[in-house]
Amino acid sequence: MDLVRAVEQSQLRQDLPKVEVGDYVKVALRITEGSRERIQVFEGTVIAMKGTGLSETITVRRISYGVGVERILPVHAPTIDNIEVVRKGVVRRAKLYYLRDRVGKKARLREKLNVKTNEAHVEKVEAVETETSEA
Amino acid sequence: MSKFMLGRKAGMTQIFDEAGKVIPVTVIACGPVTVISKKTMEKDGYQAIQVAYEEVKENKLNKPQKGQFEKAQTATFRNLAEFRVDDLDQYEIGQEINLADMFQVGDAVDVRGKSKGKGFQGNVKRHGQKGGLEAHGSKYHRRVGSMGSSATPSRVRKGKKMPGQMGNKMISVLNLDVAFVDGERNILAVKGAIPGSNGNLVTITDSVKVNKVAKA
Repeated sequence: MDLVRAVEQSQLRQDLPKVEVGDYVKVALRITEGSRERIQVFEGTVIAMKGTGLSETITVRRISYGVGVERILPVHAPTIDNIEVVRKGVVRRAKLYYLRDRVGKKARLREKLNVKTNEAHVEKVEAVETETSEA
Repeated sequence: MSKFMLGRKAGMTQIFDEAGKVIPVTVIACGPVTVISKKTMEKDGYQAIQVAYEEVKENKLNKPQKGQFEKAQTATFRNLAEFRVDDLDQYEIGQEINLADMFQVGDAVDVRGKSKGKGFQGNVKRHGQKGGLEAHGSKYHRRVGSMGSSATPSRVRKGKKMPGQMGNKMISVLNLDVAFVDGERNILAVKGAIPGSNGNLVTITDSVKVNKVAKA
């Protein structure tokens, strides 16, 4: 499996902050329309994380004009320009699917205070690099 | 056919293409291979080179196998394969051929290898037939069914789908795109699936179909 990891390694994004379930994030997506490229920001709560390595995805949920919208975004996709963690939520489970059944004030998460956000993913990056040098 | 490589399937994953779309790829540990001998028109009736892959201890081989490497004066290898080439002169015995010399991202390749063995299987699994009702008085579950028409031709027609060995045979997957090449670490990734389980020996050649179009 080391070779498989090595292939993934070539595309892993290491410039993005660490995102966790419960975070309120702003994801800047590069959208190409014909030859023009523009950036669209999608913001919402991360209600689920799935997969490992290059295939890792986050599910971001927001209420848009009264309608719940969820986007499943591959974290390492080159189409993602930037991810900003606006605030971190206090959560007790890995999948926040219960938020789908809630509307209005009930669909909020308590904010986790005194945490640093938007620092690039340094810890994880170092760990991965040492592994490849062995392989 | 002038591009070729031997490798072992390492596993599947997904990567992003230039447009940011996810594509499924199979990673192959690929080469290098060493030229062991040449087959010439005059002597053998066809033109090819014989290459060897994966070095192995000499005591793992038998005498005839060792003889081949002794003649070529190279190290000993586990696997041998022959590939037809147009020009014999660009190869020399003992020469090592690397992945980076052969394939680039965007090439179309064929991958050939032995598929996973499924054993002796019935028609439902082997040929994808439907089978009958499991209940409601049905006595026809997963059987073969009709063997064909009666007095004419009073034999079973050739090619009748019947139970038998499934898998564990050579399968070629044609026209796969090369999605990733790492010449330093000898890693190749092609778009899509290839035969066999991880660790399976495969041969990678340039695509017969694409080349046909290019030549015409």
